[in-house]
Amino acid sequence: MSIEYRVGGIAPSILRLAKPGQYQVDEKGYYGQFGGAFIPEMLYRNVAELREKYLTIMQEPEFQREFTQLLRDYVGRPSPLYLARRLSEKYGAQIFLKREDLNHTGAHKINNTIGQILLAQRLGKKRIIAETGAGQHGVATATVCALMGMECVVYMGELDMQRQAPNVARMRMLGAQVIPAMSGSRTLKDATNEAIRDWVNHPEDTHYIIGSVVGPHPYPDMVARFQSVISAEIRQQLLEKTGSELPTHVLACVGGGSNAAGAFYHFLDHISVQLIAVEAAGEGINSGRSAATTVLGRPGVIHGSKTLLMQTDDGQIIEPYSLSAGLDYPGIGPLHAHLHQTGRATYLQATDQEALDAAFELTQLEGIIPALESAHALAKLKDLELKPEHVVVVCLSGRGDKDMDTYLRYLPKEFRTEI
Amino acid sequence: MNRIDELFARKQKNVLTIYFTAGFPQLHDTRRILKALQDAEVDMVEIGIPFSDPLADGPVIQQSSKQALDNGMSLRLLFNQLRDVRREIHIPLILFGYVNVVMQFGIERFLDTCAEIGIDGLILPDLPLDEFTHEMASLCADRQVHFSFLITPETSEPRIRALDEASSGFLYVVSSSSTTGKRKDLSAMQPYFQRIQQMQLKNPFLVGFGIHDSMSFQQACQYSNGAVVGSAYIRALQEVHDRNVERVTRDFVAYILQPIRSTF
Repeated sequence: MSIEYRVGGIAPSILRLAKPGQYQVDEKGYYGQFGGAFIPEMLYRNVAELREKYLTIMQEPEFQREFTQLLRDYVGRPSPLYLARRLSEKYGAQIFLKREDLNHTGAHKINNTIGQILLAQRLGKKRIIAETGAGQHGVATATVCALMGMECVVYMGELDMQRQAPNVARMRMLGAQVIPAMSGSRTLKDATNEAIRDWVNHPEDTHYIIGSVVGPHPYPDMVARFQSVISAEIRQQLLEKTGSELPTHVLACVGGGSNAAGAFYHFLDHISVQLIAVEAAGEGINSGRSAATTVLGRPGVIHGSKTLLMQTDDGQIIEPYSLSAGLDYPGIGPLHAHLHQTGRATYLQATDQEALDAAFELTQLEGIIPALESAHALAKLKDLELKPEHVVVVCLSGRGDKDMDTYLRYLPKEFRTEI
Repeated sequence: MNRIDELFARKQKNVLTIYFTAGFPQLHDTRRILKALQDAEVDMVEIGIPFSDPLADGPVIQQSSKQALDNGMSLRLLFNQLRDVRREIHIPLILFGYVNVVMQFGIERFLDTCAEIGIDGLILPDLPLDEFTHEMASLCADRQVHFSFLITPETSEPRIRALDEASSGFLYVVSSSSTTGKRKDLSAMQPYFQRIQQMQLKNPFLVGFGIHDSMSFQQACQYSNGAVVGSAYIRALQEVHDRNVERVTRDFVAYILQPIRSTF
């Protein structure tokens, strides 16, 4: 089977109309009780336009052709599905890594920004705004804006700009204006607030490329569809490698939840596949410094969506914490809130230290330095009761280049003596 | 009769509504500010319920919300402060807040408390029309608590009509597409205000966002029933160093109204 055929062959399933199912968004933009579009009137026209047009545009043959071609020739898809032999040996199961870290720009984020920039062009927009946490979505957005010659403004929490300085430099080199978000905890939540306020102030010419499966309907569904290429490829690749399209387990980290949504998407209706999402527990779930939304959150409204949300009794949103700048979000996408509530997916938590340990372990065993975010998913391999017949896919959502400062700061002794 | 309806039955032009954030500048200023606004002959007051993530607000109101929360403000405390407010405050009172805070308090309990206290109207800018219709409309009507939707220059005519239909008391016309507190010249927006006036809506309408001095107040009032001033008043309160909220409020209201009074 040729690569061309594979990519061409999966395109219709990436972008197909959702078949009505209990894990798909309904007509009103809800997954069960979660979702909707809780937005001020200033955003209504833009969000309504997107809601009315996104499925139609995504079905157009020309859109599909351009999208799949860019994913193949520009992003480098399909990303490899790598059987990690030494990791498999250690945990006693067949463990595959879905190598989203090998995509252009170094993470899964570009799958979505390619899709949304093509959509923005068809909506006649001239200016792109985005929020970013770790900077991966900001870089992916700045990249597609450079590619298409569009103006790009990225909002990033001031604290994250310090934590992820290399990504700030990349965005600037790509021609994006990076604006620090100074409010709140100066991280992802606040960057998202500022991006939304920018959109309120520029209703005519601007498209907001949200980077995760969060925000008002149709964003969670649209971003999940663009990211669903991950699970579409996993199925084809597993079939070739194991003779079955279905693994026993899929693991992915969750901040807002876009790589997990993409990795779960084509397995949602196959209940034999255990879907495992890993949240950031920071310094410990009950330490007061955590981003473990499914444990600590209650239903509420954040960034235009009803979902699980870390908040006070008074309904004030709690500032989350994680060592990883891509996971410290106080909510999760409404799809995940629904998968959690229905029990379709299991939500586990990994602390900063567990994620660091997993990152060093993968580096030593496989020669792959993962993003600190992705390391949260790897960290839970030890907690699964794995057996040799299990086929486990871990979504390696990004590479660790951006995290080198953090890794060097926490370098274990055995690494240090070698330097 | 709801006090908002009484107000508009009596006065159709130049209705001045002032917004302030509860718990700002000091935690227990709420009653004192309300009294000062009433004494300065403001027609109606919007009390802002502070929220950690106020998406529709610009930096001035964001900052006041943050300070109010740091001071210890909560919806529960605000309701306690307002418990017997109707002993001394007789002008219409509106609560302005974001839906999450109301949802956590409980919608029905929130509306019951509003009715007990004598709150006349609500504005929840991030509550969608659909949710309002299904979750709140009849609960509000039963308690005679009005609800005002926002419209903007981007809102289509059929949607303006739907939002007007769902609103009671008045309709809130956002002066241009922006967050709160952006000062701007409203002369370019006159055709938009005129268009709204000519639609012969069910409700009176007030213009808000960006009204900061007597000129912008006059411009906002030309085709409307009145205007709402928010960020500019918060800025004035920020500068109360001697704690004389009464004097600052009196001077501020005089500053907003002066040219209109002088033409009569």
